[in-house]
Amino acid sequence: MRIVKQAAIAALALMAVTGAVQAKEWKNIRVAVEGAFPPFNFVGADNQLGGFDVDIAKAICEKMKAECTFAVQDWDGLIPALQAGKFDTIISSMSITDERKKVIDFSRPYYQSPSSFIAPKSAGIKDTSPEALKGKTIGAQSSTVQAAELEQKYKDSDIKLYPTQDEVNLDLVAGRIDMLFVDKLPGLDWLKTADGGNFEFVGTDLPTDGVGAGVRQSDTDLRDQISEAIVAIKADGTYDKINAKYFPFSIWKD
Amino acid sequence: MNWDALATYGPRMLQGLVVTLQLVVISITLGALLAWPVALARMSRSRILRGISFGYMYFFRGTPLLAQTFLVYYGAGQFRPQLEAVGLWWLFRDAFFCCVLTFTLNTAAYQAEILRGAIRAVPIGQSEAAMSLGLNSRQIFRKIIVPQALLIALRPLGNEVILMIKGSSVAAIVTVFDLMGVTRLAYSRTFDFQVYLWAAVLYLIVVETIRRVWDKLEHYLTRHLRHA
Amino acid sequence: MHLLELLSFGPNGWGNQLLAGTWLTIRLALATLPFGLLLGLLMALAKRSRNRWWRAFGNAYTTIFRGLPELLTIFIVYFGGQIVLQKFVSLFSDAPVEINGFVAGMVALGVVFSAYASEVFLGAFNNITRGQYEAAYALGLRPWATLRLVIVPQLVRLALPGLANLWLILLKDTALVSVIALEDLLRKTQIAVRVTKEPFLFFGVACLIYLVLSMVSSIGIVAIERWANRGVRRAS
Repeated sequence: MRIVKQAAIAALALMAVTGAVQAKEWKNIRVAVEGAFPPFNFVGADNQLGGFDVDIAKAICEKMKAECTFAVQDWDGLIPALQAGKFDTIISSMSITDERKKVIDFSRPYYQSPSSFIAPKSAGIKDTSPEALKGKTIGAQSSTVQAAELEQKYKDSDIKLYPTQDEVNLDLVAGRIDMLFVDKLPGLDWLKTADGGNFEFVGTDLPTDGVGAGVRQSDTDLRDQISEAIVAIKADGTYDKINAKYFPFSIWKD
Repeated sequence: MNWDALATYGPRMLQGLVVTLQLVVISITLGALLAWPVALARMSRSRILRGISFGYMYFFRGTPLLAQTFLVYYGAGQFRPQLEAVGLWWLFRDAFFCCVLTFTLNTAAYQAEILRGAIRAVPIGQSEAAMSLGLNSRQIFRKIIVPQALLIALRPLGNEVILMIKGSSVAAIVTVFDLMGVTRLAYSRTFDFQVYLWAAVLYLIVVETIRRVWDKLEHYLTRHLRHA
Repeated sequence: MHLLELLSFGPNGWGNQLLAGTWLTIRLALATLPFGLLLGLLMALAKRSRNRWWRAFGNAYTTIFRGLPELLTIFIVYFGGQIVLQKFVSLFSDAPVEINGFVAGMVALGVVFSAYASEVFLGAFNNITRGQYEAAYALGLRPWATLRLVIVPQLVRLALPGLANLWLILLKDTALVSVIALEDLLRKTQIAVRVTKEPFLFFGVACLIYLVLSMVSSIGIVAIERWANRGVRRAS
């Protein structure tokens, strides 16, 4: 009862507000990030959100002259929560895939990075084809492109899926998995940490379609405005500044 | 109905159900074995034994199973060199084993409490009568107290089995593909809310079946008490 | 020393975070309690109803929410509830609705709590004999006064041990809401583990905090039970 009442009140209040602005100028944008995918998005030791995605999102909002509020949502719950209207866009290193495009829309990509395998230096793995990795235990974050790729092509390997990338890394260090499959850029960042010292990229990278901002399929106006803003921040140099803060090379996708 | 998703993930969910049942059966059985010494220690005359078993039971009954699972799973990962040194790492490497270990320790604490309550609930007249028949204390415990206590414990033990089935779903959070794990996977690929409802139906079928079988079992085992 | 610093309240410590998480856990449990109790009482009344449909509804409700894993109930309420609500509201407006995580967690935990609580209430009702109602009638009490002065005080006393147990379970079940991104104690702990890479320390400390919460609750429960039993003479 309580919810129904609350919902009714909320609905009435929102009707009053949104009724006037049917065209939707998007003055307030609720952005969701996972907050556990350094260096793209993370909760720092000071409990503040930071990272490439977060900086890009802020730049996009500034370009759109909109107020951004951030919400942290578990990776697995991002798309369901977007559909349910908990926030308006996901700017959280979400790769554009056909599977996801069935349920949400994406802006143009704002960066691109391939998927890579990481294994202990001592393992001496060269070949990362499905045949060569038969019987190996491979970890990845669940509901990612990497997880989907492993599920589809590496049927003879033992696949382990984790709620966050940090937990995959933790288990690689612990030796519970033989290798992991991850977006190359966070992988690169992790290899530089104290934990990552004994590990390296192995085998061949697999290309992806780039990473975009996810929006509900009904919000085509928001999708297009974000795409325009992405192009605009690239043009005015903001993008390159943010890029340089995190990576010594460009990750832009034309 | 989303038939595509059902065709793809239905069989995998049944496999997940099998994993769930394995987890529960192994944990409940091992937990039952461990519960006896814990319950007896809890009722022993030795203050140290009482203290240890009290602490053990208090810890596992007073903290969330999810937190315990994290503690064992990720905690063990931190102590890999030490575990390797004692030759146990291969066990702790496996998420299924970590879950079995946690669940066993957890359910043993609850089962020990059930046993303790049941033993204390056997009327004192029973052991007095046995004593006057000339049975020694060991015989009294084994032949008079334990059988009656087990009957008293039957219902709460049945509830504990059901609680374990439900609780075992936390295994999904540490990479085990039990029913909950497969359901989460299916949901993350299809984004179709139906899969959660299918899982709900499967869990309900299992829990209801066990409840009914347990009722029958209780009915059968207490048939000698039902004249008056 | 290094480990103690991680738990301190200083800039390098996670003390503040853990405390904030603990506070949310307590608030969530406290907010769930009245909601769960009320729903549980209503369900118990439904199961005692003369109307067959109410009884069937109450029994089905209990069977379902006592049979489902709490984790699953939380997912279903969190995502499913949102979808249903969104559909409902979209009949009137295209505005987005939001159930925040706290409310979703509260509803999910409250639903589970009420399914068990209804059984406790039912047991308590069954323990109040017919004679009590008859005696109240003989004294000339009206139905409402009978309920308030005769039945409810006994109901509270009879249901208290069972409800106290459910409270302790509820306290532990709040940990499950960490999977829906509510910043409770367990989730704050997970964040601390991600940053510090000290899982054993932090999960151990989290367990101890839950233990302290249980302990404090037990003390409170004893006090409340003493108060509820104040009118009862003991045999021994």
